[in-house]
This record gives sequence, C-alpha cells and structure tokens, in this order.
Amino acid sequence: MSRTDVLVTADWAQENLGTPGLVFVEVDEDTSAYDGGHLEGAVKLDWKKDLQDPLRRDFVNKEAFEALLSEKGISNDDTVVLYGGNNNWFAAYAYWYFKLYGHEDVKLVDGGRKKWELDGRPLSKDPVQRPATQYRAQEPDLSIRAFRDEVVASIGAKNLIDVRSPDEFSGKILAPAHLPQEMAQKGGHVPTAKNIPWSKAANEDGTFKSDEELAALYAEQGYDDAKPTIAYCRIGERSSHTWFVLRELLGKPDVKNYDGSWVEYGSLVGVPIEK
Amino acid sequence: MCGAPQQGGTLAGVDLSTQTVIQGQVWHDGAPVAGAYVRLLDTTDEFTAEVVTSPEGEFRFFAAPGEWKVRSLAPVGKGERVLSAEVGLNETTIVVD
Repeated sequence: MSRTDVLVTADWAQENLGTPGLVFVEVDEDTSAYDGGHLEGAVKLDWKKDLQDPLRRDFVNKEAFEALLSEKGISNDDTVVLYGGNNNWFAAYAYWYFKLYGHEDVKLVDGGRKKWELDGRPLSKDPVQRPATQYRAQEPDLSIRAFRDEVVASIGAKNLIDVRSPDEFSGKILAPAHLPQEMAQKGGHVPTAKNIPWSKAANEDGTFKSDEELAALYAEQGYDDAKPTIAYCRIGERSSHTWFVLRELLGKPDVKNYDGSWVEYGSLVGVPIEK
Repeated sequence: MCGAPQQGGTLAGVDLSTQTVIQGQVWHDGAPVAGAYVRLLDTTDEFTAEVVTSPEGEFRFFAAPGEWKVRSLAPVGKGERVLSAEVGLNETTIVVD
C-alpha cells in the first residue's frame, strides 16, 4: 500500500470523471452541499441517514450496506473515489467504513471539496442515476474498529491518539467550535492519550501533508511504532482522517478507529478521565 | 454531527448567557464573500473549527471565553483577525484580499 494507491489528486479526479469502473462518491453530513453542485457523475452518501443505523448507535448492518451500494449503482469491482467537505472528514470516515465491509479499491480525493472549490473547478447540478447493482459486502473487519472495553484496556498499554483540538482535549470545549457547547459528556480525555490533532496532518487547503512531514509529526509526538494504536475524536470522523494517515499513508500495521469516541467515552459511568 | 450547520440566520435557541458565540462576515472589495472557508484557531494557532460562509458571507462559532484567531481562505484571497471573546455575542469582520 502506498500513497498513490489510496489518494488521488484533484487534477487526476478531474481528468477521470466519467471513466468506466470509477465511481465518485461525495460524503457529507449535510447533503445540501452536494445538491448545490457536485463532481460530474458523483453519487451522494449522507453520513448520517445512509451510514448510521436509524435506531441504535451503530453502523448499518451488512445487508443494509449491500442494499445501499446496490441502489447507488456501485459494484464490487468498481474503484470508489471518495471526497467531501470538512477537509474530507466524512469522506475519510466512509473510506474506513468501506474498508470495514471489505471493499477492495477505495481512494480519497486529496483536499476533497475544499480544494476543489478553492481551485475553482467545475461543479454540476445534474441529477445522477446509476443502474442498480447486486453489491455483496464482506463480514465487518473488526481489526480496524475499536470498542469501548478495548479502549479502557488500552490505557497505558497502546498508543491512544486523541485527534481533537487541544481545547477539546483539555476539556475547555466539548465539541468543535462550530457547534453549540451543550453536551451531556464530561470534558477531558482518555488517560495516557496523546493529543495529536487531525489538523496537524493536513494543509490549509485540506490536502494531506507529505509522507515525510507526516512521519516526522508522529515521531515527534512520541508515537510508539512497537505498539498497536487506537485513534478517537468526538464521533469518529476526524479520527478516521488520522486512521487513514496512519494506516493507509504511513502503513502502520495495527491501527483501529474508535468510532464511539468521546461522545461514548465521556458518557460512560466509572471510567477514568484525565483533564 | 460534526458537520457545520448552515451559517447565518437568527440566534434563536442559542443561550447567550452560557454560549460564547463568535460570528461575523467575510468581506472583499466592499461586498460579502459567500462560500469562503473560515477557521477558528486557538492561542497556539491550532485548528479548532471551520465553516463555510453563507450566501451573505456570514460565519458563526461556539467557542469559550479567551483569545481566538479567525482566518479566512477564499478563492479571492486570505485574511485574519484576532479577538478576545467573552460569554455572549462577539462580532467581527474579516477582510480578505
């Protein structure tokens, strides 16, 4: 696995719009961004409506994921090229999610929607309808997903990477500052977690930093290559961004995303918290 | 729910006795800039949040009392502003060029 296997440039994406075998997928929480203009031919996935179970706090199950991708017209042998807003947070989350269900060939557009817009590249409002497929997902790959008990057991033992902003890590604020600060969770972080904000891995235009810069960043912050790693944030999308950097760009062997993240951990009774 | 909500609009439903709201507009050449990226940076210049301005060029953050920097990146240019926020409404304008 190397950078070019998992990451494409905006130039490459623009040249390859409409190429058979490639499906561009925009992933946002708020699909009004897609509706206001998207990459030509791209289909949309709604982070919440399409990818979260409507009742429980969990993913949609394998059958529902199969139905979703079949309806969107995505085949098992298609290359899925993901992009989105928020510096690709939700696109990275979808990347991780597609990998969890065993999709072979998935890529991210470097910089996502932000770089695309800042570059003034064309957006289309044409509706996109792809013929339905018969998508088959794999059983979830739990080697890349962490649950709360494993996080608690990892305190002092694994690399715990808290990728939220320093003010969320310290408990000064409880959510990214574009959201009202009214949450039930306690403020703080998992004891022994290192605060390496996702944003340190990205340039201001939303693209990822170079492999050399990324390797230096985690080395400087005391990342221990001998230990397995769990990344978390507030709801698991920013930590998907870091999971992508660690596992897909830097090729670290044992990296999990804890999608329960602070919304779950900060609500648990009896677990240790550091502030 | 980490996606930025629609920017602009009223503050109805926001409790200004507890929330520290930082909001304003991005301007360029005497007109508001729609679709500009605005990020909120803490005192160490670390990213805290980012939103995209409304058609009227508006942005809004929910922060905490203290020093902040708001920086805007748009196809027409860049700009930034440092401010000291208190609980309640804190308004500012960023000029990009």
